[in-house]
Amino acid sequence: MHCPLNGPRNISEFICYGEFHNHPDPDKTSDKDWAEYVWLANNAAGVVREWWCHTPTNYWFIAERNTVTDEILRTYPSEDLRPSEELRS
Amino acid sequence: MVLALLKYGLSRRYPVREEIPRTPDLKNHYDVVIIGGGGHGVSLAYHLATKHGITNIAILEKGYLGGGNTARNTTVIRSNYITSQSIKFYAASMRLYESLANELDYNLMYSRRGQLTLSHSDGVSRALRLRADSGTFLGERNEILDRQQIKELVPSLNLDIEGRPILKGLWHPDAATARHDAVAWGYAIRACDRGVELHQKTQVTGLTVDRNKVTEVQTNRGNVSAGAVVQCVAGHSSVVAAMAGLRLPIRSFPLQAMVTHPVKPFLNPMVSSTALHCYISQSARGELVIGGGSDPYELYNTRSTLDMKESLAASALEMFPFIGDLKILRQWAGITDMTPDYSPVMGRSPLDNYWLDAGWGTWGFKSTPASGFYLAQAMAEDRVPEMIQPFRLDRFDTFDLVNEMGATAASH
Ligand SMILES: Cc1cc2nc3c(=O)[nH]c(=O)nc-3n(C[C@H](O)[C@H](O)[C@H](O)COP(=O)(O)OP(=O)(O)OC[C@H]3O[C@@H](n4cnc5c(N)ncnc54)[C@H](O)[C@@H]3O)c2cc1C
Repeated sequence: MHCPLNGPRNISEFICYGEFHNHPDPDKTSDKDWAEYVWLANNAAGVVREWWCHTPTNYWFIAERNTVTDEILRTYPSEDLRPSEELRS
Repeated sequence: MVLALLKYGLSRRYPVREEIPRTPDLKNHYDVVIIGGGGHGVSLAYHLATKHGITNIAILEKGYLGGGNTARNTTVIRSNYITSQSIKFYAASMRLYESLANELDYNLMYSRRGQLTLSHSDGVSRALRLRADSGTFLGERNEILDRQQIKELVPSLNLDIEGRPILKGLWHPDAATARHDAVAWGYAIRACDRGVELHQKTQVTGLTVDRNKVTEVQTNRGNVSAGAVVQCVAGHSSVVAAMAGLRLPIRSFPLQAMVTHPVKPFLNPMVSSTALHCYISQSARGELVIGGGSDPYELYNTRSTLDMKESLAASALEMFPFIGDLKILRQWAGITDMTPDYSPVMGRSPLDNYWLDAGWGTWGFKSTPASGFYLAQAMAEDRVPEMIQPFRLDRFDTFDLVNEMGATAASH
């Protein structure tokens, strides 16, 4: 995997923290929506946008990955994240 | 027999008995459409047909019968879970398994060997004690063994693993293995005997939802309508649920396993260690079956990785150092539908006529008889039996989880 900070590193140095999603505001969210946010997942077969961490340097970043072909398509710092942008394969 | 041999030995006209009928044409309508022809789908069909007289059923399978996780699992059957809800359910499934070969009149090679779960720390010893006592309280046989007893039970086991000496063991004498393919075949044959249609190479590509009901199931071979629709698609649970507009508390991870070449029998019980992320059993053929924890990230791809094979081999060697010269014969992966609490999601969905049989992750082979039995009852009577109510989808709304992580993560 290409780490935006450290360059290409062995995949075993990274941990995946799951799909990126917007945090709902706990004060303005119903219990049902909060439970959905906590437990439900899109678990999409295709291109996904996820949080990853390079553990030796504790550097967090975003990866776009194809969950069907097992290809890592893009990795970039979270500052460059555009959540509204369509995912490309 | 001798006459038949003489008569047909060199003839092409030997009357082959096709136990599983060829895929028929799709009808326009079925009372029940089951998506997924793995163990769970065919068990459900069998129970609907034999216990409830519902036989106008189509099982739609995108590949071939039992070619998913049913064909890929390491066949551990056990009931030594933590919560009373799970213990009762898995114990019921074990009871069904014990008499299943007779019931189906089909050899499942059911083999009761017992399972030994190892602890290498005081914390895990306490957790094993909890599992032993919870099981015993509900009438299941469990026992805590000390080092001497472990040595007598499995003389070939290395008790003095460096840095992680084995302290205690949870002994579950009724744990068993069975031939996974035969379970799917046996249920399918008996379901088809009653008129159930098994449609292989039939992939569900979409679901039409109208007024909170699934009105049409779209497939690569045409569309059908159904009174009730149920999904039993394991690793693809989220993908099929999304066709019905549903999101599930499920993430799909590959789970890998491997077998060595066969050797003389030396290991009767199944041995598993959570700390080493590894479990081993010896098959009837003599192969060592070795499995462990899931892959580190979500994937819909059954590729294998050297990392995982190395770590499985390393852990297996800690327990049985003398197997170092064995060769790995086969290795593979299945896509497992993991839930946050390591318990299934089964029963009603938010749609009126759509049912769920999902979230079986790494623990669903042992549940194959009971999931079909209880879900068939729920669908036929339109009332979810108490036994499977704890596994309802909306337990997540109320944070009523059935946490089995400690009893499931590394020994399925
Ligand atoms: C390596 C490994 C080891 C395991 N070890 C154990 C164990 O020791 N003990 C235990 O209890 N469990 C174990 N499990 C878990 C167990 O294998 C599964 O939980 C169980 O087999 C699930 O059965 P199923 O019928 O639900 O799924 P499957 O057998 O996977 O069947 C689902 C079927 O649905 C089909 N399908 C998917 N999408 C579609 C579609 N769109 N249209 C039509 N059909 C579709 C698939 O082709 C598949 O055949 C293990 C799993 C793996 C991968």
